[in-house]
Amino acid sequence: MQCATNPNSNGKLSDLATSNTHGEDSPYFAGWKAYDEDPYDAATNPSGVIQMGLAENQVSFDLLERYLEQHPEATGWGCGISSFRENALFQDYHGLRTFRQAMATFMEKIRGERAQFDPERIVLTAGATAANELLTFILANPGDCLLIPTPYYPGFDRDLRWRTGVNIIPVHCDSSNGFEITPQNLEAAFAEAEAKEFRVRGVVITNPSNPLGTTIRRPALEDILDFAARKNIHLISDEIYSGSVFSSDEFVSMAEIVQARGYKDCERVHIVYSLSKDLGLPGFRVGTIYSYNDRVVTTARKMSSFTLVSSQTQKMLASMLSDREFIGNYLETNRKRLKERHEYIVEGLKNAGIECLQGNAGLFCWMNLAPMLNESTREGELRLWKLILHEVKLNISPGSSCHCSEVGWFRVCFANMNQQTLEVALRRLGNFMVNRRRS
Amino acid sequence: MTRHGEPPSEQPSATAEEQALIPGSGGGGAAMRLIVPLQGIVQGHGGGGLVLGSLLPCVLFYAFQMFLKRSRSPPLNPPADGPENRGVVRSSSRRRLPARDAAVSARAALIAKSGDSAYAVGEKRCLEDPYHPFDNPDGVMQLGLAENRLSLDLIDDWLSKNWKDTMLHQRQGGALNIKGLATYQPFDGSLEFKTQAIAGLMGQVMQGSVSFDPSCIVLTSGATPAIEILSFCLADTGNAFLVPSPYHPGYDRNIRWRAGIELIPVPCRSTDNFNISVASLERAYTQAKNRSVKVCGILFSNPSNPVGNLLRTETLLDIIDFATEKNIHVIADETFAGSIHGNEEFVSMAEVLNTDGVDRTRVHIVYSLSKVFSIPGFRVGIVYSFNECVLAAASRLSRFSSISAPIQHLLISMLTDVKFIADYLKMNRERLRIMYALLVSSLMELGVQCVKSTGGFYCWMDMSKFMKSYSEKGEFELWKVMLDSAKIHITSGTTCHCIEPGWFRLCFTTLTRNDVPLLMERLKGVIHRQ
Repeated sequence: MQCATNPNSNGKLSDLATSNTHGEDSPYFAGWKAYDEDPYDAATNPSGVIQMGLAENQVSFDLLERYLEQHPEATGWGCGISSFRENALFQDYHGLRTFRQAMATFMEKIRGERAQFDPERIVLTAGATAANELLTFILANPGDCLLIPTPYYPGFDRDLRWRTGVNIIPVHCDSSNGFEITPQNLEAAFAEAEAKEFRVRGVVITNPSNPLGTTIRRPALEDILDFAARKNIHLISDEIYSGSVFSSDEFVSMAEIVQARGYKDCERVHIVYSLSKDLGLPGFRVGTIYSYNDRVVTTARKMSSFTLVSSQTQKMLASMLSDREFIGNYLETNRKRLKERHEYIVEGLKNAGIECLQGNAGLFCWMNLAPMLNESTREGELRLWKLILHEVKLNISPGSSCHCSEVGWFRVCFANMNQQTLEVALRRLGNFMVNRRRS
Repeated sequence: MTRHGEPPSEQPSATAEEQALIPGSGGGGAAMRLIVPLQGIVQGHGGGGLVLGSLLPCVLFYAFQMFLKRSRSPPLNPPADGPENRGVVRSSSRRRLPARDAAVSARAALIAKSGDSAYAVGEKRCLEDPYHPFDNPDGVMQLGLAENRLSLDLIDDWLSKNWKDTMLHQRQGGALNIKGLATYQPFDGSLEFKTQAIAGLMGQVMQGSVSFDPSCIVLTSGATPAIEILSFCLADTGNAFLVPSPYHPGYDRNIRWRAGIELIPVPCRSTDNFNISVASLERAYTQAKNRSVKVCGILFSNPSNPVGNLLRTETLLDIIDFATEKNIHVIADETFAGSIHGNEEFVSMAEVLNTDGVDRTRVHIVYSLSKVFSIPGFRVGIVYSFNECVLAAASRLSRFSSISAPIQHLLISMLTDVKFIADYLKMNRERLRIMYALLVSSLMELGVQCVKSTGGFYCWMDMSKFMKSYSEKGEFELWKVMLDSAKIHITSGTTCHCIEPGWFRLCFTTLTRNDVPLLMERLKGVIHRQ
């Protein structure tokens, strides 16, 4: 929303309010606007824009609906005054114990019971967005910086920097080794930060990676933790896609690494999780911080007053997430469906002549359109992106918005639509590629 | 002005399911965990037959906790990963002292320290030993939190009749469809919610004197983030707000912690009935300027927390004029607007902003559903502003403090039930009025005077004559005696930045009629001792 009037004429606004660190003017968000204005609908608007820039999981709603139908008490408000009272008045920033217990159980199940989570270390926030911002407030002062491997989720620019005043220094990864994070990359970024006289406070990794759609291998995780220990900095592991790995044994959580080291020197490790991706419930606004650092837990808990999860939401989800049979079945089915979707889109892209990074997780593919660029520059990439948005009517995310150091990569989401829509999208892309090659 | 440590943060309700003492931030052994079972405590006052049903589980619980503590001491060797260890070894990481501890930010260090203040200790006592008429009649009466338990039954009643239409069920009937609730929603609230529910509700709360424009609304997960978001929008770190005092202690946390904005108290005096004077604002503004501190706004509450008085229309206009002259903003915290119990008429800033010649874009209002509806657990706060830039920034910032879709869904049903809302507001008001009158008259019999309060949940009492010395120290000692001997937890005036010692804030809405005699007895004990 642009301000029609001069923002400073009637009382000056803060720098924060008038800055554009929110980043909503970038292509990542501009594509959303195009979609909002002309959204695809199979029946009413078949030539509209198909939204492939939103990492949302809609493939398993039926499982949730079935559970809720069979367990109506979860959606009710409890019987009688006592239960209602306890939820209505409950505004404790500790969060309902039953819910924290349920979250711990769920997170353990996702990791195939290879890691244990203590409910007392779980701090609840209204979504992972809030969790990431909160951790940044706690771990870094304004003017400090965090190292983040590229390509990374465009929202980090806003979530980690806007109100906190903290900077991001990218850790440049490239396709020569499948965008894997190496100690050399990390050291280079650290040196860059020092040259800019930023104090480095931590490394933020997303595992499985957004936008790459890959899990980070165990040796790389060990290297990253070693690096953090060497530099005496924090390590935030954003694991919000951990339940969306196509084969559960391909995911190694930072929690497993920490545990394998006997919890030695782990006060620097913090894990972020949310129900928005794996459970497909972003509208519920449930995020967590899991920290091995007591002080961080205590402080985060107090600070979560600004971003509490409603007690009824906690109550409702507590019963669902404690149902081991249900979540076991859900995770397995969800993984299977995502894998099938993934295979379908990769095949479709291949037929269209588009290569993807080999992915094993997440709600998206990382595809390479570099051969399609008129010029191998950022501008060339953006031109192609605009073309695809306005002529092919697909909203995909350009690698530059993810700070990718190589041009021509794009993230395309496949789980936020039904199969038919995906078919349409692939057909359009296929036609586009054919026409492009001809001319 | 000196204070006794950091002011306490708004502490969790005593009816929380369980509380645990957090292990201290230094290294060292695990602290004892005290789990306070919920059932017995919350199961409604006046319900009989709860003693056995809740005492026995209580005892078992404590025994179980003792057992767990003993078995939770760290083993000499780190345990092997394995299912057999899962039940026992779910403990902290403090098995070995870390080689080096990566530092936390200055902000975090400050917050961690605030847990050590005397007042924080007081809050903890309430959690460990909460009063309950049957299960724990000797417990600490927590009268420091703004919770309204007087009308919970009305809400519960509505819910039990209507829950099938709420939450996840389609209002039009038919199969369960989660997509509308589960997927990403606008972070600052759906238009449907704003239009149908919030604008309508606020109109009713104001008894039709204001009509609310949904496009001027940004929703947040509570009044706390609403105020913080406005602070981020209106001032930079190091700037300041003028805040008439006494004021709500929560502001110190909400505005200073992360936004880093200084709060300059503008003292109001008992001789003026704690009314705001423009002359004081002017003085405070000049003093700040002389210190090279940039004042960006005025923050005040109306009805006032803690005093409970209402601001007259002229005062509201004076504040706007002052702000216009200085080119600063006004934040009007009207979270108690729906809790008027006295005979005066409440005039909202929203109404005043309709006056000709008033600059609407520099005034921003905060509301909350918690206070109106006794449902803080639902987390709904409202920013109301005519300033497009503030709205734009606030709606972007609401992503960090967003309300959940299921809650919006439920509230649309409830808040559009116009008849229910009208009845509720009326009955709630009556119950507040009765309880307030009872408290005030009972206190009067003990020789404790209260300032006339027209709105909110508090009595603002003058206990200066019971202090050993007319000073902050005397006030603190009296506060401590009340907590330790009488086991009453109330908020001291100094915590509210009151410039006159001896004033205390007591929340009357957590009590039932039956609790009042006991409270008076305990107070009497303190008074006679002094």
